[in-house]
Amino acid sequence: MLFGIPWDLSSEWAFAVSILPILLRGMVVTLQATALGFAIALGFGLVLAVLRSLPIKLISWPTAVFIEFVRDTPLLVQLYFLYFVLPNYGIILPAFLTGAIALGLQYSAYTSEVYRAGIEAVPPGQWEAARAVNMPTWLAYRDVIVPQAVPRVIPALGNYLVSMLKETPLLSAVTVLEMLGVASIIGDRTFRYLTPLTMVGGLFLVLTLVSAWLVRILEYRLPKGGLPLK
Amino acid sequence: MEQWLDLLPPLMRGVRVTAQLALASTVLGAVLAFAAGIGKLSRVTPIRWLSVVYIEIFRGTSLLVQMFWLFFALPLLGVRLDPTTAGILALGLNIGAYGAEVVRGAILAVDPKQYEASIALNFGPRYTLWHIVLPQALVEMMPPFGNLVVQNLKDTALVSLITLTDLTFHAQNLRNLTLDSVPVYTLTLLLYFAMALVLTFAMRLLERFIAGRVGATQARARS
Repeated sequence: MLFGIPWDLSSEWAFAVSILPILLRGMVVTLQATALGFAIALGFGLVLAVLRSLPIKLISWPTAVFIEFVRDTPLLVQLYFLYFVLPNYGIILPAFLTGAIALGLQYSAYTSEVYRAGIEAVPPGQWEAARAVNMPTWLAYRDVIVPQAVPRVIPALGNYLVSMLKETPLLSAVTVLEMLGVASIIGDRTFRYLTPLTMVGGLFLVLTLVSAWLVRILEYRLPKGGLPLK
Repeated sequence: MEQWLDLLPPLMRGVRVTAQLALASTVLGAVLAFAAGIGKLSRVTPIRWLSVVYIEIFRGTSLLVQMFWLFFALPLLGVRLDPTTAGILALGLNIGAYGAEVVRGAILAVDPKQYEASIALNFGPRYTLWHIVLPQALVEMMPPFGNLVVQNLKDTALVSLITLTDLTFHAQNLRNLTLDSVPVYTLTLLLYFAMALVLTFAMRLLERFIAGRVGATQARARS
């Protein structure tokens, strides 16, 4: 029994059907972790991208090193680091939040590169025009550059969302009860690993296909030239 | 500072295992990437289907799930793999699927004129693939391959969860022993970072070597 739902060990098929609701509870946690992690990645990635493009070497250089460091080290070790080190400094978070923050941190390094590429892809004429009408830099960013950069980077960001979805099982290493964690518990208790793990694989495949399809729809519906300028 | 240096010997043992795993799985992944990438472009339907199924399954599911499946679920089907084999297999299969898409993209990027020329010169399809298309595609493939190789290195950390004694496993042990997380994990992260930098550098050298062999380097400007 897990989450109050008993499983049926009479036959393999009955077992599979009975653990499906349990795995779906795990899927909810998976989706929540992905959503929160992606939100953090989108936000912090933008911060990192801006910091990295600042003309002040004292800020842009350490930021670049930080981004490279986070990109080139394993998510699992970063997760362990946050999970075990943060409490030492008095920040005690539930495992789920620590996991989401770790996901968000690693992917913000990727999204910052995506943002940078998108911003650099906006024609320099736009900058010149914004200067010519005396727009302050922050306003130029907000109303001219970013609306044009966003549609260009949606496919890349969408790919990272799907990647993040597939990395959530790592959170089971710090006791978060997402899909793989739930399947492991079922396997440990019943010694039947084949069915739960295969079902989790299948569920991930479904999730991946659905989210890839959603990203493609988003890409299709956003105008290529950029969001309408105010 | 001293306690940090004391942590190095056990961690270095893990570095060795990680390096071996990364190397073996990269080789396996490269083989699979070419097989599936070219296979997906084949006109023979069973080969194409097999490649598509392989790529979709191993790109569409989580690496950790694949690893757990190979290590925990496969024994129930009669095939008992030791952790090392399961780890290398999972890593190789996963990175091979991503690599296959890179290979396919690079082959499709070769100019159609090359194919026309090879038909005009009476080259058979296999000769064309091996001597004309692949060398040009190889140059195209190297940068994304570099990224995939570093990604593979990072993925090796997951084998610690199927009881393989790699760097992350040793780090966890040390942490449980000393209860001092900061030096252990900081050193571990720095070691992985160092390995990633070495790999990136090696891949960039390889890139340049291949470009030179294929003749894709730009002509040196004569001043």
